[in-house]
Amino acid sequence: MPTATDYIRILPEIVLSVWGMAIMFVESLLPEDRSRKDLGIFAAFGAVAAIAATVYQAQPQFAGFGFNHVLRVDHFSIFFHLVVLLVTLATILMSLDYLPLQKIDFGEYYALVILGAVGMCLMSSAVELVLIFIALEISSIASYILSGFRRSAAVSTESALKYFLLGSFATGFFLYGIALLYGATGSTNIFDIALILGKANHVEALAYLAVALIFTGLAFKVACAPFQIWTPDVYEGAPSPVVALMSTAPKAATFAVLIRIVFEAASPNLFWVIWVAAALSMSVGNVGALLQSNVKRMLAYSSIAHAGYLMVAFASASNRDLAISSAMFYSAAYAAMNLGAFAVVTQMAGSGEGYLQMDDYSGLGKRSPVLAAVFTFFLLSLIGIPITGGFFAKFYIFSTALRTRLIWLTLIGLVNSGVGSYYYLRLIVRMYMYEPRAEIPVPPVRLGMGLAIAISLIATLWLGVLPNAVLHYTQGMPSAIAVR
Amino acid sequence: MTIPISWYLLLSAFLFACGVMGFLIKRNIITIFMSIELMLNGVNLSFIAFATRFGTLDGHIFVFFVMVVAAAEAAVGLAIIISVYRTRETLNVDRVNLLKL
Repeated sequence: MPTATDYIRILPEIVLSVWGMAIMFVESLLPEDRSRKDLGIFAAFGAVAAIAATVYQAQPQFAGFGFNHVLRVDHFSIFFHLVVLLVTLATILMSLDYLPLQKIDFGEYYALVILGAVGMCLMSSAVELVLIFIALEISSIASYILSGFRRSAAVSTESALKYFLLGSFATGFFLYGIALLYGATGSTNIFDIALILGKANHVEALAYLAVALIFTGLAFKVACAPFQIWTPDVYEGAPSPVVALMSTAPKAATFAVLIRIVFEAASPNLFWVIWVAAALSMSVGNVGALLQSNVKRMLAYSSIAHAGYLMVAFASASNRDLAISSAMFYSAAYAAMNLGAFAVVTQMAGSGEGYLQMDDYSGLGKRSPVLAAVFTFFLLSLIGIPITGGFFAKFYIFSTALRTRLIWLTLIGLVNSGVGSYYYLRLIVRMYMYEPRAEIPVPPVRLGMGLAIAISLIATLWLGVLPNAVLHYTQGMPSAIAVR
Repeated sequence: MTIPISWYLLLSAFLFACGVMGFLIKRNIITIFMSIELMLNGVNLSFIAFATRFGTLDGHIFVFFVMVVAAAEAAVGLAIIISVYRTRETLNVDRVNLLKL
């Protein structure tokens, strides 16, 4: 029988589910011509309540397995809960004025964001493959719908279609991997699988195949090469706040699943597969981004490159503790800075998302100095300049790789960082050195958007100036995770 | 005479491969979507076969969840396909190409 403690271990998910259903219910009662902004503010309070629930859950007496070893609350899950929930909160805040502007002011939007967050939170605490699968699908299905939310715009529906088809295709691979892993070990619990695989003298070929299939499925979801083709199209067509969400929160959650499977399930070593995926992803992402003139597409390629940097941590798997903590740190830093960058893009896009070309950013430094300065800060963080979160994130990843003697992968990564800085700097130069184009209006920053940008700005700066607290937290995790 | 488990696994792999092939070569969105369903059902057969071999219920339970998720995916997928048809009036993936790949 589940105990009261079990329910506390899923308290954030319960709060979010209740909130999401309440939004759906209230939405159907509201008169059609009424603004849905209040509903959005209500949703933002839901995200805050879930953060409070996570903080409550973080007390030591609630750590441990819940519901008969289906999920597990530990440093790791709390960390990713906070990342996901803060991203959710910021996404809701930046959508408050975006939705009426695009004439898609529907309450379901907020419900979908909140319910998608349920899936992402569960992904970070699940240790049973059944629950991981369901959680992954909850978050994916919510993002399929959200990416097609500008449903009268052909680009948006096309983006939803591509995301849906390729996402479900990836799910098929992930699921087949789980089936084979179940066949190889007779269990679907990550810790039982770890025990069984740990005891076996030699690893069956079936287990290798299984983990490779699972990796394929998850690599699709995090946009890691060679499974990245969908990314630029989907990011270009989907509404900007949705891209801010889906390029950060589900990615962080999927990396959480990948950490659980690669490091905890003691799964067969896929070193070379991960090595190649990391090197390829960094190169394809950065070279692809060089060729783009659309800011959203450029950031999409940049997110492929960043998935590659993160994969470097997975290639350092033999240095387990360091690898886990640097991967966690990177997920958080990447979420903060990318969220901020897409918040600025959302602000600039205007009605009908008309202003997305690099040209449209010319002279932004004169037209709107604050917005330009903030965007510059996020771009510098994406490059990896000191005092931003991006710097320490990259620093830990590559120092871990060097300690694991991955000289070549580190070199490829550093060369790629150099290439990458070119296209970020090009945008910055455009903002400050070019003459402004007068016909493009810069709308005033509203309160919700301001708060969203502030959240990502503070998070990026905090991770860049005082990384120790977060780093210490991530390092406390690996030892806690190993204990059954 | 009972049929050995490996036959079921082979059939399951075959169904999965058919799904993958269908996904890659078919051009009609509905057919592509059906290919994905075929992949999922191929996997289901694997789960059942393994569950029978181990004599445990885990695999059976997994299949139920997969079916539920597939149903949810079908609902969302068909809705997306309808909205694509409304804006584009075609169900050929090659003509749904506003975003360059």
